[in-house]
Amino acid sequence: MLYREAGEFRTSYPDDSQTFPIAFDKFRYYAILAVLFVGVPFIVNDYWANAVLVPVLVWSIAALGLNILTGYCGQISLGTGGFMAVGAYSCYKLMTAFPDLNVVFCIFLSGFVTALVGIVFGVPSLRIKGFYLAVATLAAQFFLVWLFNGVPWFYNYSASGQITVPERTVFGIAVTGPYTEPWAKYLICMFFVFVLAWLARNLTRSSVGRSWMAIRDMDIAAEIIGVNPLKAKLQAFAVSSFFVGISGALFFSVYLGAVEASEAFGINQSFLVLFMVIIGGLGSIFGSFAGAAFIVLLPVLLKNLLVGRLSWPTDIATNSEFIIVGALIIFFLIVEPHGLAHLARLFKEKLRLWPFPH
Amino acid sequence: MVEQLLYAIEVSLNGLMTGILYSLVALGFVLIFKASGVFNYAQGIMVLFAALTLVGLQAGQVPFAHLINAVFGTRIYSFGWNLPAIAAIALSAMVMVVLAMAVEKFILKFLVHQEPVILFMATIGLAYFLEGFGELMWGGEIKPLDLPLPVGISDTIESATFERFGYGFFIDKLDIAAACVAAVLVLSLVLFFQYSKIGRALRAVADDHQAALSVGISLRYIWVVIWSIAGIVGLAAGIMWGAKSGVQFSLSLIALKALPVLMLGGFTSIPGAILGGIIIGVGEKLFDFFMNPIIGGATENWFAYMLALIFLVFRPQGLFGERIIERV
Repeated sequence: MLYREAGEFRTSYPDDSQTFPIAFDKFRYYAILAVLFVGVPFIVNDYWANAVLVPVLVWSIAALGLNILTGYCGQISLGTGGFMAVGAYSCYKLMTAFPDLNVVFCIFLSGFVTALVGIVFGVPSLRIKGFYLAVATLAAQFFLVWLFNGVPWFYNYSASGQITVPERTVFGIAVTGPYTEPWAKYLICMFFVFVLAWLARNLTRSSVGRSWMAIRDMDIAAEIIGVNPLKAKLQAFAVSSFFVGISGALFFSVYLGAVEASEAFGINQSFLVLFMVIIGGLGSIFGSFAGAAFIVLLPVLLKNLLVGRLSWPTDIATNSEFIIVGALIIFFLIVEPHGLAHLARLFKEKLRLWPFPH
Repeated sequence: MVEQLLYAIEVSLNGLMTGILYSLVALGFVLIFKASGVFNYAQGIMVLFAALTLVGLQAGQVPFAHLINAVFGTRIYSFGWNLPAIAAIALSAMVMVVLAMAVEKFILKFLVHQEPVILFMATIGLAYFLEGFGELMWGGEIKPLDLPLPVGISDTIESATFERFGYGFFIDKLDIAAACVAAVLVLSLVLFFQYSKIGRALRAVADDHQAALSVGISLRYIWVVIWSIAGIVGLAAGIMWGAKSGVQFSLSLIALKALPVLMLGGFTSIPGAILGGIIIGVGEKLFDFFMNPIIGGATENWFAYMLALIFLVFRPQGLFGERIIERV
């Protein structure tokens, strides 16, 4: 009843190829955007911003990035943590070297720096494929983290080896540093998520995105029909690293405020992002968000339940968390290997016929 | 100059021994990959889990003691006995077999026709599960592994080399024991694969799943067997690593090093795993030795991966891997 396409007539190609061809979808999209941008900032408090909303948004950007590389272009990467570290450290260096530069530009610029690094580490993907490539990207992970820990120039010779974000403002409102209001943190992340998701969606349905998908489905066949694999793969690495770098920069500057490379950007983060992408759904923009929300919120939920409600000792709760997350991942892969995005698609199909399925 | 050369030789000998330990872990990966095409990320955790189980059984720890105490308010920690080493090893091996059966029954059975990446992710899920489960079962603190293994610097080698070259080589007896264990394991695995009936079935499955099925080989049985063997190989690796540095959770990170070893050797080759381990072990020690004054320490963290990466650019299937033939 609610959701149907009957009676919607599209008379031109632009009409037909828009992102939300169904009026209800478009309406829902604008409604959600309005709530997220105008409604949530007024009611968000410290706990919700720091434990739930900001991490979900930051990780969604990383998941979007990895989804472009793995879901759309078919190259498995385990170097996401390393690339996030590049984003964070270049953001730090830019912020401290140019104190007058607006922080938004710093974050975008660190995305470009990460894209360059991503291209360098993407070059071997032309020769190495599949799992071999996945392990090869571990080289990026370990080397980059070692570099940021080992070369004092990157952390401005600070005694602790940590990088701490300086205070910066946008339109006179602090967005980084210890005195940031929760709604400002939330809004700046939301801004980046909106811009990047729009970019990702439109890139993936352009000719660039189609060449990525051709490479993913079979690279030799793609080469034969005229897709340049060098160009397509390096483009995917660059765009993906750009996203991941921005996510790392936000992770450092807005979310945590102070990081240390091996702790914040270790191999576990790489796996976490890969989980998000797989659980959310490979090759789906919505899936990246769903996966990030799932993986970030599950531990929060479990902690609230086990420690808060059942008052278990924290170490048992942490171990149970591992067990439950692991079991859930396996469960999801068995029940729905195409991820949450596929579940959403099935739900939509059901909704189209509701309430008369026959 | 001669002094330094001898020192370099000593460093590379030590690297050789570490490399053999890497290859012990890598061996488990290769076995599972060969027989089922599953890239088993959980092998590292299986090594840790096996070692934890061994220590726990030997010391007579009560499994899940912490959980039981928290739930029922009791204060039990230990059964109050100490198992002899042999019995504890045999029991842990049985635990690994049970684990293999559980993996087959609850995971692999349902994922038969999925893509490799899905199976890979499932093993990462398994790794998470085992990490939490192992810690919940046996506790998270660092435990010493108390087995009658030779430890300490070998005096005979030191004095013999001192007489010969005027420079005593420091080599841990444990490393030599590990090398012997690795040699015995590899030899028996090769014999098992070549000459036993199950070994032939395993090779058939590795060649072609469907053809193997059609001549009446039970895939599920083979999977249980191969995961059990990988678990027992993991137990051996866990014993060696545990005796070297205590049983602790960083063991699973060491196990990650097995991945570049695999890539160097090729995913499907047992000799490749051994040779790859040795190359990586010697390479990272020597690289650290020569480069430490120039670029700083802790290069061991990434050297193995970089080496594998560069090597693969020139030979994408590794040293002994099957040639990758692509058809459109």
